[in-house]
This record gives sequence, C-alpha cells and structure tokens, in this order.
Amino acid sequence: MLRYVLRRLALVAPTMGLVLLVVFVVLRITGDPAELFLDATAGPAEIAALRARLGLDQPLPVQFARFVWDLLHGDFGTSLSHQAPALPVVVERLGATLQLVAAALGLAVTLGIALGLVAASFRDRLADHAISAVAVFGQSMPSFWLGLLLIQAFALELGWLPTSGSGTPAHLVLPALTLSAFLLPNFILVTRTAVLEAQREAFATTARAKGLGPMRVLLRHVLPNALNPIISVLGLQVGHLIAGSIVTETIFAWPGVGRLMIGSIYQRDVPIVAAAVVVVSLVIMLTNLLVDVVQAILDPRVRV
Amino acid sequence: MSETTLRLAASPGRGKLILGGLLVGGIVLMAIFADWLAPFDPYQQNLRLRLRPPMWDEGGSAAHPLGTDNFGRDLLSRLIHGSRLSVMVGVAAMLLAASLGTLLGLVAGWRGGRVEALIMRLADAQLSIPEILLAILVVAAIGGSAMNLVLVLGVSGWMVHARVVFGLTRSLRERPFVEAAISQGASGAFIVFRHILPHLLPVMSVVATLQVAQMILQETALSFLGLGLPPPAATWGNILAEGRERLFVAPWIANLSGAAIVLLVWGVNILGNGLRERFDPRG
Repeated sequence: MLRYVLRRLALVAPTMGLVLLVVFVVLRITGDPAELFLDATAGPAEIAALRARLGLDQPLPVQFARFVWDLLHGDFGTSLSHQAPALPVVVERLGATLQLVAAALGLAVTLGIALGLVAASFRDRLADHAISAVAVFGQSMPSFWLGLLLIQAFALELGWLPTSGSGTPAHLVLPALTLSAFLLPNFILVTRTAVLEAQREAFATTARAKGLGPMRVLLRHVLPNALNPIISVLGLQVGHLIAGSIVTETIFAWPGVGRLMIGSIYQRDVPIVAAAVVVVSLVIMLTNLLVDVVQAILDPRVRV
Repeated sequence: MSETTLRLAASPGRGKLILGGLLVGGIVLMAIFADWLAPFDPYQQNLRLRLRPPMWDEGGSAAHPLGTDNFGRDLLSRLIHGSRLSVMVGVAAMLLAASLGTLLGLVAGWRGGRVEALIMRLADAQLSIPEILLAILVVAAIGGSAMNLVLVLGVSGWMVHARVVFGLTRSLRERPFVEAAISQGASGAFIVFRHILPHLLPVMSVVATLQVAQMILQETALSFLGLGLPPPAATWGNILAEGRERLFVAPWIANLSGAAIVLLVWGVNILGNGLRERFDPRG
C-alpha cells in the first residue's frame, strides 16, 4: 500500500514540471510584460529598469530556472496590479472556489447516485429512458447559459435569490446548482452502468437467492460494489469541475480563483495568472492522488 | 437471413442516428449556405433598430424574426453565420486531436517499451490538467483567432484518442492475422496502417464524434469568457456574452444563442451515442 502511494506520488513531480514549463513558455514567449504594463509615456530607461527588476533581461533557460527556484520558495513574484506578492492573493481566493466546488460536488454526487440508482432499477422502462435522456441533454447544456437561465428564473422572475455576488448562503445556491449541473450527467450515467454491472455479478444473484428484498440487495450488496467506478469518475472530473468553476465564477461574480485568473489575464498580470494556474493544478493533482488512494483502500485489485 | 432479420440486425442506435443526423445535418447545411440563408448582413449595424424583440414578443416584427442586438444587427443572421465558426472550429480541432492521438496511440501500442511509457505517461500528465486551463493560458497569451483556437483545443485533446487507440492496438498486436503479416515479412508501418488501423475505425468514429461536442462547448466557453474570436465576430459564444450584458433588457439574445449551442451539441451527442450503440451494442 505504501509502495503504491509512493509510486503514485512520483507521478506528480513530472506532471507538475510539465505544467510549470507550459506556464513559463506561454507567458514569456508572448511578449514583454514590462512593455505591456508600463504606459506609452515610459522611456527606454524605465522599461530597462523594470525588465532588470523582473529578471527579464536574462536568457530563457536561466529565467526558467529562476522561475522554478522562486516557486519552490513560494515566491511567485509580485502582482503588478495588486502591488502585493502573488501567492497570498491567489491563496486568499482559493477558499471561495473550494467552497463552491465542494457544494457543487456534494449536490452532484448525491443527486447523481440517487438518479443513477433509479435509472438502473427501472432499466429500459420509462423512468430509465427519461433520466438517461435528461442526462444526455444535460451534457449538451453549456453551463454559462444554464447559469443565465437560472438567474432569469430565480433572481429576476421569482426574486427568491440574488443575481450574483457572495456573502450569504443564498448567494451560494445558484452558482452551486450551475456548477453541479456540469457534473451531474456523468454521475448519473456512470452510476447507472456500474450498478447494472454489479447486479449481474454472482454475489447479487446469491443475495437474491437468499431471499433478500430488492431494496436490501441494491443498497447493501450492489451499491457498495458499484462505488469504485463512481469514485474514479469523481477523480477524473475534479479537473473539469475546477475548470467549470472558472466560468461559473465569472457569471455570478463569485470571488474565487477563476474570476481572479480571468481578470488578471485581461490586465496581463503575469505573476497572478502563473500562481493561479500552478495552485489550481496542484489542487487537482493532490485530489487525484487522494482519490486513487481511497480507491486502493476500497479495492485491493487497484494496487498493482 | 431474411430481409426483416437483416433490418433488425441493422437497427441498434438507428433512432438516435436519424435524430442526431437530422439535427447536425441541418446545422451543417445552414453553416454551408449561411450567405444565402441569412436575411441580413450579420455585421450591418442599424442604431435605430436597437434591441428589437423577436417577432413572437410584443413590439417584434417579421422583418427581424429573432429580433436585433444592441447595435441593431439582425440576430437571426448572426446566429446563422455563427454556426459556421462553431462547426468549423469544432470539427477542425477534433481532426487535429484525432490525428495526433491516433498516431501516438498506434506508436505506443505497436512499439511498447520505453516509447509506450513515455507517450502514455505524457497522456496521463496532460489528462490531469483540464484542457480549458491550457486553452485560457494560450489564447490569453497569443490572442484569439480561429486558427489559435483550433491549435490549442487540438493539442490539448489528443489523449482520449491515444488511450483508446493504444489499448486496441495492443490487443490486436497479439492476433493471428498480425502474426501472419509479420511472418510474411510486412513492415511495421504497413501492418499498423493496413491491418490494424481499419479495425479501429468504428471505435475511433464514436470517440471523434463525441469529442466534436466537447470542442464546440469549449470554444463557446472561451468565447463567452472573452478569450475566443474577438468581437464583432459572430460566434455563438460571443453573441451569448453580449446577451449577458443585456440580460435584463434583452434576454432573447442570450437565450436564443444558448438554444442554438444546445441544439448543435445535443445533436452531436445523440449521433455519437447512436454510433456507439451500433458498433458496440453491449456498451
């Protein structure tokens, strides 16, 4: 088990290296942040001074080495627009994003497993077809339009919930719904398939042969064995969930990392964008690691 | 086999193929003939006709059946022209991703060993980072153009294809017909393209179709975030982003462009699911 965790951990380093390399190349190749940041009246001397201060006058490999070295020390540079170290600015926003993601994940998992169970229990009947059709339609629904529809319905028409912003639990409802809709279809379809497969296994037949009621067979014998594929989808989807939260935060003016990232891109605030991408990638990778470890604990067959 | 059993055997996924095909086919035709179908120039502004509602709303007229936007541009014409960009970017990005992924998957599956380890680890690494993060970075840095969108979406989408092709190639490699080809002295490249690739086409077509839907959603999401084609380009994502600015006074702009996106992506998804049922009735 320990060996599995260590081997899995060893995969994180090269992936992180890849992320850093891409971030670095993309941000440096595209133009001189110094020139973009200073206004047009800045003379060549001022530009040169800022370039020297930011280390932009060094060769690219040296810049990359310095970039990684600084990151390892938690130094992502100074945000040009916030006039503050970039990492604390990003980390400060991480809480809001994680809150949104956790709420959405909770909703999607609960609803997804429930609806998937219903669909599998009524296989090829009306409920199954209806749920599966809704799931496929949901996969085709862009979350940004769903968010706008929810605003129109619950904030403008009914006036029950605020259109955007944060601060009270009511502010969380629409963003969490929007973001969970992003994941729900996958959870429904995977739960349905996994449950159908577990139902075909010998232990399910045995349980039925012992005379257990259908609910007991489903919840005590089939569902626990169907959990692993569901958890593995959860791991695969964490990245997409965080990506979806970038869009969701933008729609609802939610003060998370995603909105910070998009805003910083417009301002070409390189340190913030870099710190945000790195922090988000790290969160995704650690979550994936956690999911893999949980799976290995639940199912020894995974540990090979 | 009688004619009826033949027809039954051909039926898995048939309804979905027809429904999806009609939806997608209709939108593709609309994209091709946009110049003839659109009643107005999608970029022609007319400030006296700003924010006219669609014809079924009070104050709408049949001259602009879906209403006008903030600059008085005809929404129907903009949506018809927008289909062109969405379809083109989605399909082109998928083709790039599929070519890259198929090639790398074939190489990894056929050669095995260190090449396999390198390619598949790279796929794992890239899979753990959401495509849209890379897309946001690159598009923000080098700017949004149709070409840049295709490049970045294509390069960030090869892993699905590589994984599927890799798995199938590795199992096909052990089959007798491949052994026979090897013993006849055929070269590796010949066997891969002549004997293995044709077996992969059905599954590849399913993966490719479903990916077009993802690509279209990502392109519209990037446009929505302001990272796609710069305005005034009439893409569905741009129109929706403009509609968001006027959501309270002119909700039809956001809702009609949103509905257009859903129809296309839904059609592609149904088509992909139909193909899957046809080629793999168990799944």
